[in-house]
Amino acid sequence: MFSKFFIRFLFYIFSIYFLYISLSFSAGKSFELYDIKFSFDGIFGTFDKPSARRGLQIYREVCSGCHGLKFIAYRNLTSLGYSREEIKNIASEYEIEDGPNSEGEMYLRPAVSSDNFIDPYANINMAKFMNNGAAPPDLSLIVKARNYGSKYVYSLLMGYKDIPDNFDSLNGYYNKFYPGHIIAMPQPLYGDDVEYLDGTISSLEQEVIDITTFLTWTSHPEMVDRKKMGFKVLVFLIFMTGLLFLSYKKIWKPVKDGSI
Amino acid sequence: MTKKEIGSRLIDWIDYRLPIFSSIKHSLVDYPTPRNLNYWWNFGSLAGFFLVLQIITGVVLAMHYNPSAEGAFASIEHIMRNVNYGWLIRYAHMNGASFFFIVVYIHIFRGLYYGSYKSPRELLWWFGLIILLLMMATAFMGYVLPWGQMSFWAATVITNLFSAIPVIGDGIVNWLLGGFAVDDALLKRFYALHYLFPFLIVGFVILHISALHTHGSNNPLGIDSGGPQDSISFHPYYTIKDLFGLSFVLTIFFLVVFYAPDYLGHPDNYIPADSLKTPAHIVPEWYFLPFYGILRAIPDKLGGVVAMVSAIFVLFLLPWLDTSKVKSATFRPIYKKIYWLLVVDVVVLTWVGGNPPEGYFILIGRIATIYYFSHILILMPIIGFLEKPKKLPSSIAGTVLKQKRENVDNNV
Amino acid sequence: MSNKDKLKKSSRRDFIHISSGVTVVAGACFSAWPLIDQMNPSADILSFSTIEVDLSLLKQGQSMSVLWRGKPLFIRYRTDDEIKEAQDIDIKNLKHPESDKTRVIDPRYLVMVGVCTHLGCVPLGQQGDYDGWFCPCHGSHYDTSGRIRKGPAPFNLEIPPYEFIGDSKIKIG
Repeated sequence: MFSKFFIRFLFYIFSIYFLYISLSFSAGKSFELYDIKFSFDGIFGTFDKPSARRGLQIYREVCSGCHGLKFIAYRNLTSLGYSREEIKNIASEYEIEDGPNSEGEMYLRPAVSSDNFIDPYANINMAKFMNNGAAPPDLSLIVKARNYGSKYVYSLLMGYKDIPDNFDSLNGYYNKFYPGHIIAMPQPLYGDDVEYLDGTISSLEQEVIDITTFLTWTSHPEMVDRKKMGFKVLVFLIFMTGLLFLSYKKIWKPVKDGSI
Repeated sequence: MTKKEIGSRLIDWIDYRLPIFSSIKHSLVDYPTPRNLNYWWNFGSLAGFFLVLQIITGVVLAMHYNPSAEGAFASIEHIMRNVNYGWLIRYAHMNGASFFFIVVYIHIFRGLYYGSYKSPRELLWWFGLIILLLMMATAFMGYVLPWGQMSFWAATVITNLFSAIPVIGDGIVNWLLGGFAVDDALLKRFYALHYLFPFLIVGFVILHISALHTHGSNNPLGIDSGGPQDSISFHPYYTIKDLFGLSFVLTIFFLVVFYAPDYLGHPDNYIPADSLKTPAHIVPEWYFLPFYGILRAIPDKLGGVVAMVSAIFVLFLLPWLDTSKVKSATFRPIYKKIYWLLVVDVVVLTWVGGNPPEGYFILIGRIATIYYFSHILILMPIIGFLEKPKKLPSSIAGTVLKQKRENVDNNV
Repeated sequence: MSNKDKLKKSSRRDFIHISSGVTVVAGACFSAWPLIDQMNPSADILSFSTIEVDLSLLKQGQSMSVLWRGKPLFIRYRTDDEIKEAQDIDIKNLKHPESDKTRVIDPRYLVMVGVCTHLGCVPLGQQGDYDGWFCPCHGSHYDTSGRIRKGPAPFNLEIPPYEFIGDSKIKIG
């Protein structure tokens, strides 16, 4: 009796799952992204911290000229393995407007670890004005805010190609993976853009993996905790479901065999 | 005097003045329940659980949320990044909404299959539909609160539906918006109502359960209980069964919360609202897709809105549109088949609703919409007359025990 | 069925029910913790713990207040009389005996949390019977070292952790 029910239930679960899969595929874009495996993929995946730290270096030396990271505070970098002293030093390289002071004036001061990353532009209008009308998006949530997340960011940064002959490019650059293929951002990384502090060779692919790892961390800072806690919770719940099933069968036995 | 006696005397003392213990005993312990309910009857209590989960996590989120156009998006990120376990609570609330709809839709389809809306349970069915309407309003307003791109444009599109109303439409839209476009005023009133509506739902749940307990649960055979041999007490039989079911569903729920928390959401909602730029492809949350499919199937603005609203309101007429005297589809050979057609039809509408309205999606959407309304308004009344139902069993207990004997015989 | 059989049977049945009961209760307790812990100070609040204050603008006899962790801090450049008054006290007779030396780093500057230790009001400066601070809520009098002398407050005004960085600059927290 139970096995019959169980098979039926599995069938329902799979049909629901299949429905979702087909729905999400039909809703997504059809072009194929690069197939790449990241350190943070899978149930037990964690961030490759040295890679994320190199990604921070790329962000600071390349991306931060145009892109903000406004939801990340310098103090958050502790989870990439930076010490408090290192974070203080990184923060103090930036200046931030504070105030008003006791005389009512705004003033500039070096950033401290509790400050968020400073924006490259004072406001959105300035960002638009300086970039031909297309404001560079903030990168704090860029992985979460795109279909296929990390894979898309990786593919986009690797996907700059020469403009095909039959393509009109009025203002923008050709990218294989950008929807519509014409992107306002020029190719940001070519390889050898930075000299890595840890001596890693900065090939294009290495740089793109590093910045993607860093940006995945900025989007999902809770990911490692979440996966660890999730594993414990699920083991607990499966155990509890098993026990409750035994209790249920035991209590129902007299009903099922007709003695009640 | 033993401890137990003191305890029971205290209970008696309170109960004499305010009969909470005897009413709990009446409706959750002794309440006679048909002995043959299958697992599809678990989804009512599951819906109750998710309502409570949504209220608890929602109250907690409200402690950190900032209902303003400037601060809403950032306050969500504050919850996700700074508040202790904020990410867990918000992901549970987000996915809790989806799971609430999953279990409620299954609950409704169970009612459709077993004829649970038929006399004397018409009001019970009505309260259920009112709960569904309130849930939809609550879920929609909740989706606006993070103030991302999808929030903003969903609010714009849905409030503009009201402009389809002749003459007073535009006035109503401005009244809803508290302005001429979606902005701070709308966000604040949606926040207030999003907090209020769940408690209205609780009120209707109480009515729903009171109506249920007046005539008792329907059952897979759809025949009335003939006496005590057909029923068992709610506790411990259904409390343990509901707990087991809950634990099973929670396992799936937390699998999603911990390992695919954004799977059911849309990436565009992590882009802050921008009133100058509409996302390329806007879709509502998955639980609204069938209705969205109906809306877009009708080429006329007013017609589309009327059709979408009617899709729910025709369900209120179901107890009278279904002319069959037999409740359970088990004994209705024709209805049983077209029931599954309706299920497929709703799945197709969901699929169409999630895709851009172009090419063959338009045609499929129209056929599915026509089928939906013909099913309820034409097929159900006609089949009730034409169909020759199978012979109904004489009692619940008899059927259950007969099945049991047959199983034993088969095994031997 | 004999009594013994009954006992045996019921204890075996009880074992599964008790374990599932305990598991359910444990699960409910675990899930309560995130809901409780979310009310504790969040990560951004905890990080605002140090501030730096420049004392060079402060003249003798002047006070300033700054905010630290959402609370007012009193910083007073004390007059010579006030310093003398604070030091010449027999601390044995005090409600909360502390010498002035233990309450300051540089005797000229008194730095303390401006929150009355009674029920959290902000005392007024240079008032009360002891030329120090006076809390208007329930009448606690503090002396020129911020020690409680009269009234319902149980302790002296709290001294925050701070250090001098440079001649006239302090880092609090």
